[in-house]
Amino acid sequence: MPLNIDGCIEGSYQLIGGNFATAGEASTCLKLKLTELGVAETIIRRASIATFEAEMNVIIYAAAGWLHYYITPHGIKIRIEDMGPGIEDIELAMQEGFSTAPEWVRELGWGAGMGLPNMKKNSDLFKIDTVVGEGTTVEMVINIP
Amino acid sequence: MKLGDIINDVSLDVKTCNVCLDSVITGAYVSDLLSDVMANAKDGNVWITLQTHLNIVAVASLKGVKGIIIVNSRRVDEAVLKKAEEEGVAIMVTPLSAFEVAGKVYQLLK
Repeated sequence: MPLNIDGCIEGSYQLIGGNFATAGEASTCLKLKLTELGVAETIIRRASIATFEAEMNVIIYAAAGWLHYYITPHGIKIRIEDMGPGIEDIELAMQEGFSTAPEWVRELGWGAGMGLPNMKKNSDLFKIDTVVGEGTTVEMVINIP
Repeated sequence: MKLGDIINDVSLDVKTCNVCLDSVITGAYVSDLLSDVMANAKDGNVWITLQTHLNIVAVASLKGVKGIIIVNSRRVDEAVLKKAEEEGVAIMVTPLSAFEVAGKVYQLLK
């Protein structure tokens, strides 16, 4: 299927903290959109993993947040802004296996300290801005070669 | 090998998505950590886990996992089954442990 992206396609989803029941919906919608647009399977897979992990972080740690996506013929840009606690030590948070998730979240199989590393691994550009007590913004770009 | 072929050889109670049994299985992955499954499970895999909450369906669906084998006869909520049916993910419950079921599925797939 040829790539069918005309200009820039954008959209947003609102994320509510603690709402585990709808977790993954934003990522699933984005995945469907990318499939419709004819984006390659490998690119969709990377975008889906990165988005789902970002979505989970908002649900686990923040009160609320937004996920914005911009799709151009050259890539997918995803920005997630949350009103959360912020990250005290980004270097530590980026280490695989480090997590501040509470026990009940770990029992669900989340909070294994793989979220941020998974996001970084699956994106070509990864930027994180955080202010303790205010929130975190993550920007990721997945190139479409 | 199709998902249905596994069911014949491993004691599994298929709770959702009977049409999924026709899907071709590429392999299996065993993990109870959802980020690990997201990072390492492959399209068309069967996922063996003890997790039973709603998020397993979203993870499976996003990763193209066709079936989830729930071990130790753990009970799965109606809401999870409903979601799995909608998303086209087969939920299968077994009395076996993860170790036992993985061993059997490994023998079948290798």
